[in-house]
Amino acid sequence: MNTVTATMHTDDHAHHGHHENNTVFGFWLYLMTDCLLFASFFATYAVLFMNTAGGVSGKDIFELNFVAVETAALLVSSITFGFAMIGAHKQNRGAALAWLAVTWLLGASFIGMEVYEFHHLITHGHGPQQSAFLTAFFSLVGLHGLHVTAGLIWMTVMFIEVSRRGLPEQTVTRLSCLSLFWHFLDIVWICVFTVVYLMGAM
Amino acid sequence: MALHDSHSKAHQDAPAQASHEDHGSVKSYVVGFILSVVLTVIPFVLVMKGDFSKVTTLWSVIILGLIQIWVHLKYFLHLNFVTDEGRANTFSFLFSALIIFMVVGLSIWIIYESNAMMMY
Repeated sequence: MNTVTATMHTDDHAHHGHHENNTVFGFWLYLMTDCLLFASFFATYAVLFMNTAGGVSGKDIFELNFVAVETAALLVSSITFGFAMIGAHKQNRGAALAWLAVTWLLGASFIGMEVYEFHHLITHGHGPQQSAFLTAFFSLVGLHGLHVTAGLIWMTVMFIEVSRRGLPEQTVTRLSCLSLFWHFLDIVWICVFTVVYLMGAM
Repeated sequence: MALHDSHSKAHQDAPAQASHEDHGSVKSYVVGFILSVVLTVIPFVLVMKGDFSKVTTLWSVIILGLIQIWVHLKYFLHLNFVTDEGRANTFSFLFSALIIFMVVGLSIWIIYESNAMMMY
């Protein structure tokens, strides 16, 4: 390789790397603001959870076995997304698609369980309108559930994109953003099961 | 032509290099996953069995939760102080953590103090 090409190669490489970093870093900053949104919901929950208006408290309605299975689904989906990213960085389309599909199924079962839990609570007369505690509970856990649902929709779009176009640099960058989103939601879930379910059932 | 060649070369190189540096390996994901499983199972067992006093259980659950958040940040989100990207992400995270501490921590402090005041 002659000097000119070498220089161009370096410039080009630096430019691409810079561009990708900017996109992913920008998305990371969005996640940090999302963190603040969750933080305000957590603060609200912490302030209101004792105000049960004579109705049920966390101890009466939380089923820890059920929550443990939900947690397991989300935790396993974190490592399967990790494997999808490793496949994507190795330009292995089959592996990336297979692991994305597994992650999607785990995420969908998490959402399915959460919808079942909410439905169960509402039909037993413990809907969000019953007390400040239940309002805060449904808002916080529901906000996380909405984020996971958005992640599932995004994952579906990425699945179609990867299966049609393969894994050019831009697609890998998009997958990196989704991976940050997905792992970030798992961290939020750690806070949810610790603060809401474990402390509530104590 | 030279430009085009170097362009496509950069395309091939970039993901391969990056995957070794800051996107994690199978090993780091597995290590993170095993640590997370342990750090999730312990607090669930502590609360479900209820063998310890409430204060002990409460603080164990909080500390194990914080350790697990750190594990996720390190092994899944690849935060570090070594690469430029990792540093930028880490510092923006630490700033958010400070703001969250102020929003959540101080709200709880204020409300609990005012509750305590109203008892008398």
